[in-house]
Amino acid sequence: MSEFLQQIINGLSLGSIYALIALGYTMVYGVLRFINFAHSDVFMAGAFAGYYMSRGFEFTLPGMHKKALFIFKGLPQESFLAGSFVLLGSMAICAFLGILIERFAYRPLRNSSKLNVLITAIGVSLLLENLAQALFGATPKAFPPLLPSKSIHLGPLLVSTNQIGVLLITFVLMMALQYIVRRTKMGTAMRAVSFNPTAASLVGVNNDVIISFTFGLGSALAAAGGILYALNYQSIDPLMGVLPGLKAFVAAVLGGIGNIPGAALGGLVLGLVETFVNGSRFSSYTDAIAFAILILILLFRPEGLLGKSQVEKV
Amino acid sequence: MKLARSQWILLVAVAISLLVSYFSHAINRYFLTILISIGVNIILAVSLNLINGYTGQFSLGHAGFMAVGAYGSAAVTIYLGPKFFAAFGGSNTFSIGILFFIALAAGGLVAAIAGILVGAPSLRLKGDYLAIVTLGFGEIIRVIFRNIPSLGGALGLTGIPSYTTIFWTFGVAAVTVYVVQSIVNSTYGRGFLAVHDDEVAAEAMGINTTRYKIIAFVVGAFFAGIAGGLYAHDKAFIDPTGFNFMRSIEIVVMVILGGMGNNFGVICAAILLTLLPAILREYFRSIADSQMLIYSILLILLMLTRPQGLFKFKWPRKAPTAPTPHAG
Repeated sequence: MSEFLQQIINGLSLGSIYALIALGYTMVYGVLRFINFAHSDVFMAGAFAGYYMSRGFEFTLPGMHKKALFIFKGLPQESFLAGSFVLLGSMAICAFLGILIERFAYRPLRNSSKLNVLITAIGVSLLLENLAQALFGATPKAFPPLLPSKSIHLGPLLVSTNQIGVLLITFVLMMALQYIVRRTKMGTAMRAVSFNPTAASLVGVNNDVIISFTFGLGSALAAAGGILYALNYQSIDPLMGVLPGLKAFVAAVLGGIGNIPGAALGGLVLGLVETFVNGSRFSSYTDAIAFAILILILLFRPEGLLGKSQVEKV
Repeated sequence: MKLARSQWILLVAVAISLLVSYFSHAINRYFLTILISIGVNIILAVSLNLINGYTGQFSLGHAGFMAVGAYGSAAVTIYLGPKFFAAFGGSNTFSIGILFFIALAAGGLVAAIAGILVGAPSLRLKGDYLAIVTLGFGEIIRVIFRNIPSLGGALGLTGIPSYTTIFWTFGVAAVTVYVVQSIVNSTYGRGFLAVHDDEVAAEAMGINTTRYKIIAFVVGAFFAGIAGGLYAHDKAFIDPTGFNFMRSIEIVVMVILGGMGNNFGVICAAILLTLLPAILREYFRSIADSQMLIYSILLILLMLTRPQGLFKFKWPRKAPTAPTPHAG
């Protein structure tokens, strides 16, 4: 029984990271109706931004040896204040990155065929991965402990403060997102664009601004996911986003793509299933399970757990 | 018997590959390896072109089909080979030829069955979803092969005999191009283009879109499987990581660079993209590691400026007008 509860805690903390990434996929799909393949690499960029903010960096121009142009010593580790600063800073950087990607790669293709946009998205994803490999190196880096970490015994259960932190931060971010989407003017406009872009622009919504905002919001959540993931696994590398990104996409489809609570639910379900498979004797198949779920859900309930089915109109 | 022009071209191509193969011992070993990879990549790119280009079903799992074919044919030569030679009285050029043919056909057939398995669920999916499902299929295949100890598991399968020659590679490449080209240019093949242009309209015109999609997947997977077999018997070693997502992307880039639904361009792109890394390694060592970086920038720039591909030229002959891209 205690092992079961332990697995549930582990699964929820993994699932909430999937949920954070899945939200970005689902929101972008809601407004633009396409899968932003580069989202998983924004997740990676978030973790790297956090790494450099915490460890510090030197900025040197090519040809200027030994003399750094700009040195940043890094923020103190294992403190709540610096940790939250790193989290928010990396979210801001990634929001900007997401807006840049949309502006220069996707906006020029707004009216071209879906296939072209999909190919561009794959191209942007590869570009970010390889750029990161060229800039940061391909070898994995040890991620610093941002928050003070301790293991707590709750009866027979072993819970690390990191896991609790992941759950708490995810919960807070999702509540904030729910507030933005449901209660603010920007959120209302977002829902309007997602419902019907043409009608939204007729009543005075500036679609371009809303789409940029959506990319920023989704990318910020992905960055948060990236930092939480890195905190749990303590190692980051330029290709770290590929698998979590694909799985988060599966989570978004599982919950019903375009549906915000659905993405959160799908992420948690997927995290739980994966953790349980990992604990069973089929553990070597863990990476395949997400795709098996994807194929099954697309076959039997393509609209997802919480989605509404739509008929294609000509 | 009267042969059509395309059949003559096929025969000549096979004859040339036989001739070149006969003198292959005179060719530099390094150059020979590159030639064989060019042939394998042509098969892969042209077979993917049938699925992606002509039928418009964006597949990101072509390396998965290749893996199935590679493992299938390698299993045949490794496990059936000794028995086969015992029955045929030793290994000579002739018996090796027959065994290799059986192995390649087996690899192709297993891959074609995998093609049905992927094609069947994909009937209900479009565009992005299909891309992800095929991507997932490629990953599942790798995980499965990693868990089969008799096929080498994660360490890879060693001891595959080197049977692949220029004749086999370019012979199969010629047959692939011939088959795909004939299918697409036949009356029956217009259905693939119809599915590509507008699925709903095609269905309204009485075209069985489901069947066309499955056939595209099966034929494409069959040839990808054979290409995998050729690859396995050239390298003499295969492992699951050799057939990862990046390999699929490489094939996709060839198809897109050459122009989707344009076999001539796709062949040019396959040759170019196989030679490019070799040339970079030889002459531009400093940027040789950034090969994938170049690919990704190429992809984005191509989509922004020239979505029809690099090698799309206006032929003097009257060509059918391209479908106008419509907003989704």
